[in-house]
Amino acid sequence: MSTAAEATRPAARPISRSRRMRKSPFGRIVLRIPFYFLIAVIFVYALFPFYWVVRSSFTPEVNLFQTPVHYFPQHPTLANYRGALSESFFTDALINSAIVAGGVTLLSLAIGASAAFALGRFKFHGRSFVLYVMLSMTIFPQIAILGALYTTISRLHLYDKLGALIFSYLIFTLPFTVWVLTSFMRALPGDLEEAAYVDGATPIQVFYKVLLPLIAPGLVTTGLLAFISAWNEYLYALSFIQSPNHYTVPLAITSFVSKTGSAFAVPWGQIMAATVIITLPLILAVLILQKRIIAGLTAGAVKG
Amino acid sequence: MSTGPSVATPVPTARRRRRGTKLQRRQTHLAWLLLLPALAVVALVAMYPLGKTVYQSFTDQEFLALQPTKWVGLQNYRDLWHDSLFRDSIWETIKFTVITVAFEFGLGLAIALVVNSNFKGRGVMRAVMLVPWAIPTVVAAQMWKWMLDDTFGVVNDLGVRLHILSHSRAWISDPSTALASVCAVDIWKTTPFVALLLLAGLQVIPQDLYEAARVDGASVLQQFWKITLPLLKPAILVTLIFRTLDALRVFDVFYVFFGNRTDTQTMAIYDQSTIVGDGHVGYGSAVSVAIFLIIAVFVVIYVSVNRLGEE
Repeated sequence: MSTAAEATRPAARPISRSRRMRKSPFGRIVLRIPFYFLIAVIFVYALFPFYWVVRSSFTPEVNLFQTPVHYFPQHPTLANYRGALSESFFTDALINSAIVAGGVTLLSLAIGASAAFALGRFKFHGRSFVLYVMLSMTIFPQIAILGALYTTISRLHLYDKLGALIFSYLIFTLPFTVWVLTSFMRALPGDLEEAAYVDGATPIQVFYKVLLPLIAPGLVTTGLLAFISAWNEYLYALSFIQSPNHYTVPLAITSFVSKTGSAFAVPWGQIMAATVIITLPLILAVLILQKRIIAGLTAGAVKG
Repeated sequence: MSTGPSVATPVPTARRRRRGTKLQRRQTHLAWLLLLPALAVVALVAMYPLGKTVYQSFTDQEFLALQPTKWVGLQNYRDLWHDSLFRDSIWETIKFTVITVAFEFGLGLAIALVVNSNFKGRGVMRAVMLVPWAIPTVVAAQMWKWMLDDTFGVVNDLGVRLHILSHSRAWISDPSTALASVCAVDIWKTTPFVALLLLAGLQVIPQDLYEAARVDGASVLQQFWKITLPLLKPAILVTLIFRTLDALRVFDVFYVFFGNRTDTQTMAIYDQSTIVGDGHVGYGSAVSVAIFLIIAVFVVIYVSVNRLGEE
């Protein structure tokens, strides 16, 4: 005798054997194995080079240039770290990069937020045009203006100065910042702004007190991305900076030469120690702030 | 009033009703004023140098010029046409672009599909995948240069021990493997980034579609072709164009591996060595303009493909 419930239940489909197997506890574990193997492969692929760097940084120079290769440092030492940190151009480079990247980020955020306010909360002729100009700037090839920047920077007496880099890095940090902050600004509802205007606030006050706090996540994200791209830049740094004490981090990492003057012995131990010093804070920052970074990258790329 | 995020009417409605009022004009004035710093920067750092580059390409300017610079018209471009080093660098760049974009896209999609399923530690995986992208390219290049060292490098050691390689190779100095070694670095560094972008696109696809397909008896492969790929298309196109343009502009890893070695130059390396290394500002500017045009061609191709896809 069929009850109402049985009548309304959809006819049971015959479950195939493989499906039954997959659903059983045993099947679930067995099928997970190749999956977790893949995950492990990806994990190793991404992180093995870092392990190798760390291992090399703790290996004394003598053992580095030895075959067979050891996968675990047998006589761990801090000598490489001491050597790297004793190089003044390296410690200077850390400071220089911080100045350049910090300066560029602050400028980009200030100029970018102001532009985003205009592009995201006002209507005027030419707004779309400006937005598309900003978007097309993000694919601008930096190499194309190297020559003109080179002569311009010399004429402004900025050659071999950090100011040259702060100036030229804006070309790739500003357009992206404007684009992403504009999309944040546009997404804000108009209520709070209207209430503030009704209360007699000037647009500038609305900007500072209402909008900026609301797009704070966007500011953090674009600031982070701008900082990272300025920190990593190499082409302009290579072309506009000459003195070792003005080097930025990418220049410094490629400037370690052997102290003994031999043309053949590259101080890989020190280079690896320097690499750890540079990448450890970056890795920690990325791990802590990964949600923000991913949000910023996808906002700029997938949405655009 | 607004019922949530509004995109079309950010300005308070009461004031918008009358066009061309003093208030409206003041608002427009303010908008342009707020835009001024950004526009000034773009004009100063991008537009002006671009114009100057085009101008310089018609002169014979040298950085350490002993004679005054003079106009030479299209001479630089004529020389460029016959420049075999430049042609080689274009070819090298295109080879690099095709190889790296293909691998990064293929591997990236595979990785994104794997990481997309729900499992413990997914957040950790995403963070791990972001790490190679975050470190400076030059630093990554140095890491790999050491790993690919012909005598003491771990790649050779592992390869020989696992019997994948018959003997150690000079990956970087040997011209037949030089391009492969550079590609390996870029692929290592950028595949996780591509995977993350594609993963973001995957996560927007509603799971119900897969459920419905499963009920209808669609196989995993059919689900992939009919659901995943079409819905992922926007993310795929954007990722492809960004990666392609980045690959065409490649400089860092080639410079760290090869310096100014002439048999493995990319367009950017050739341009940089012409301008900064040799001081030929005029000729180098012609090279720059040529590179700019080549990249513009790719952008045009992409935009047309995109437009065609939308019809």
